[in-house]
Amino acid sequence: MTLALIFEQMLNGVQFGLMLFLMSAGLTLVFGVMGLINLAHGSLYMLGAFFCAAGAAATGNFWLGLVAGTAAAAAAGALIEVSVIRRLYTRDHLDQVLATFALILILSEGTKMVFGPFPLYLNVPPILSGTVDLGLTPYSVYRLALIGFGLAVALGLWLLIGKTRLGIRIRAGENDREMIAALGVNIRALYTLVFALGAALAGLAGALVGAVQSVQVGMGEPVLILAFVVIVIGGIGSIKGAMVGALIVGVIDTMGRFLLPRIFASFMEASDASGLGAALASMLIYVVMALVLILRPKGLFPAHA
Amino acid sequence: MRLRTTLAASAAALTLGTGAAWADPVTVGLITTLSGGGAGIGTDIRDGFQLALTMAGGDAIHLVVEDDGQRPEQAVQIADRMIQSERADILTGIIFSNLAMAVVPSVVAQDVFYVSPNAGPSPLAGAGCNPLYFNAAWQNDMLHEASGAYAGANGMVNTFILAPNYPAGTDALTGFKRRYTGTVAGEIYTQLGQTDYAAEIAQIRASGADSVFIFLPGGMGISFMRQYAQSGVGIPVISTAFTVGQDNLPAMGDAALSVINSGQWAPDTDNDANRAFVTAFRAAYGRTPSIYASQSYDTANLILSAVAAADVEDRDAFRAALRAADFTSVRGDFAFGNNQHPIQDVYMRQVVMADGEITNRTLGLAIEDYQDVYAAQCAME
Repeated sequence: MTLALIFEQMLNGVQFGLMLFLMSAGLTLVFGVMGLINLAHGSLYMLGAFFCAAGAAATGNFWLGLVAGTAAAAAAGALIEVSVIRRLYTRDHLDQVLATFALILILSEGTKMVFGPFPLYLNVPPILSGTVDLGLTPYSVYRLALIGFGLAVALGLWLLIGKTRLGIRIRAGENDREMIAALGVNIRALYTLVFALGAALAGLAGALVGAVQSVQVGMGEPVLILAFVVIVIGGIGSIKGAMVGALIVGVIDTMGRFLLPRIFASFMEASDASGLGAALASMLIYVVMALVLILRPKGLFPAHA
Repeated sequence: MRLRTTLAASAAALTLGTGAAWADPVTVGLITTLSGGGAGIGTDIRDGFQLALTMAGGDAIHLVVEDDGQRPEQAVQIADRMIQSERADILTGIIFSNLAMAVVPSVVAQDVFYVSPNAGPSPLAGAGCNPLYFNAAWQNDMLHEASGAYAGANGMVNTFILAPNYPAGTDALTGFKRRYTGTVAGEIYTQLGQTDYAAEIAQIRASGADSVFIFLPGGMGISFMRQYAQSGVGIPVISTAFTVGQDNLPAMGDAALSVINSGQWAPDTDNDANRAFVTAFRAAYGRTPSIYASQSYDTANLILSAVAAADVEDRDAFRAALRAADFTSVRGDFAFGNNQHPIQDVYMRQVVMADGEITNRTLGLAIEDYQDVYAAQCAME
């Protein structure tokens, strides 16, 4: 096992973590501001990927596809908020889970009806294809770009929430929605905007990841589960917690998949070690989540400490 | 005068046809994956089966289709419902081996036939073989075994091997290693349904392997091939029809070009039955069939041949009719071994761009009259 391999795996873990951050930032924002559990967040990720693939196929340009995917997810988010979600704020979490689970089924079947059951073609743009030599190891330019995108979005969100008037309203909405409504802020429009922003982040993640993964119906649900793990570890409602949680999950998952089979191989037969290591690696992040819940029941960075 | 005779003969034939149709149709339950990531494969399974019924005409078979959502517990429930409420005599359609392992034993225990159009897990071919269980596709190891033999015979001496951690994945790597003469540079089991392969590709890069063998059906294969193309690793990929088949190729695009893979069938398999099948499939559905569609089409024709020869209520007679395999397979030679799995030829294929379509071209015969090794462990004769 060389230094180059460990370095490459760390990069992989960070890149995976930053993509998870894009997913979980929207999820945690919506929960923090609106108190809503949105299971359909993964479907918005899927819509981002499908509209990016369709847009790129129609125009021959990945970047236009990326805009189309993000915009489509944001528009779908706004539409869903106005038509369905708005009726759920005063209901308990179980009703929200039920309604947004129904949205998963509707959006998945709808996507299948529009785009067909077969995965779509989407490739990375020529400018970001190939590898770059990082000294220790060659590394995919596109994966480096994903790291850049993730960091840029994190910075943008930090500025938006910390430095702008909209950010002040969002933070105020988290703390006391009646009060800011009484102060004359249009809370309905604010909620639609926040939900659309969360949807856009999910759509952006789907579109970005769609270029190196299979663009297929149901692609959002596995990521959604990981995003929930992230926000539980990070503290529900906290953007900073989502960032830290996403990096923890990304790095631990990648390193576990890589190291556990090797550890078992030191005292077991290779194919048994590989099977057992893979099985345990897939549980590792849930073990970490359980540990965090035991030690810090509200997550690492609770939003309402 | 002649016209009148012909008409009279036709009328007589029609009357006979109607007469035969008075018999209750045989209910076939097709359980397959029509939602989620496996929906493309399931659509091919359903369409291939339906096409065979349409081409055969008549109404000897009443087909019931249901979606298993790729979930074993859901597949088991559907199977029970089809047997108890729909009175199905024959079940078929399951794609994934973990679902087949959950469904098949309970189906045959209820005295109902199961004819597999895809999954062929090793336990059901060996000690767990059953008189009511037939596999019209292959035992899981087969194609991987052919790829292993090809890799060894074609100068690959240090191959890295990769498959998902589920019954068909372990069968795949076991099968590959059985006839592979080189050394294994590394062996990884990934999660079923995994979407990111960066950690695995990094290990392939570091291993010093001269080639990579993958079994990653459906979307897993698309994700891997796209990421592999961007990784700059560049050593040749060898695979099977499940990863670089017609269901995946349009989404993979150039990333899959020139990949060598094995299959008992390809769109260009050279026989009349196959030409008729490919033409009819394209006309009916507007796309080129995948290997899954070919297997399902064969499964339907196998069942049709048995329905024509025996009454399904007489399980022994119907079983004998299935075992006779009295149908023309689109893959060419087809016979059942003692464990009711096929004995058939395996071919090597290569992904090419032909007439603006990305598809597989047959390279040549890999193994003639292949029979799986588990047949010896099956007590049936």
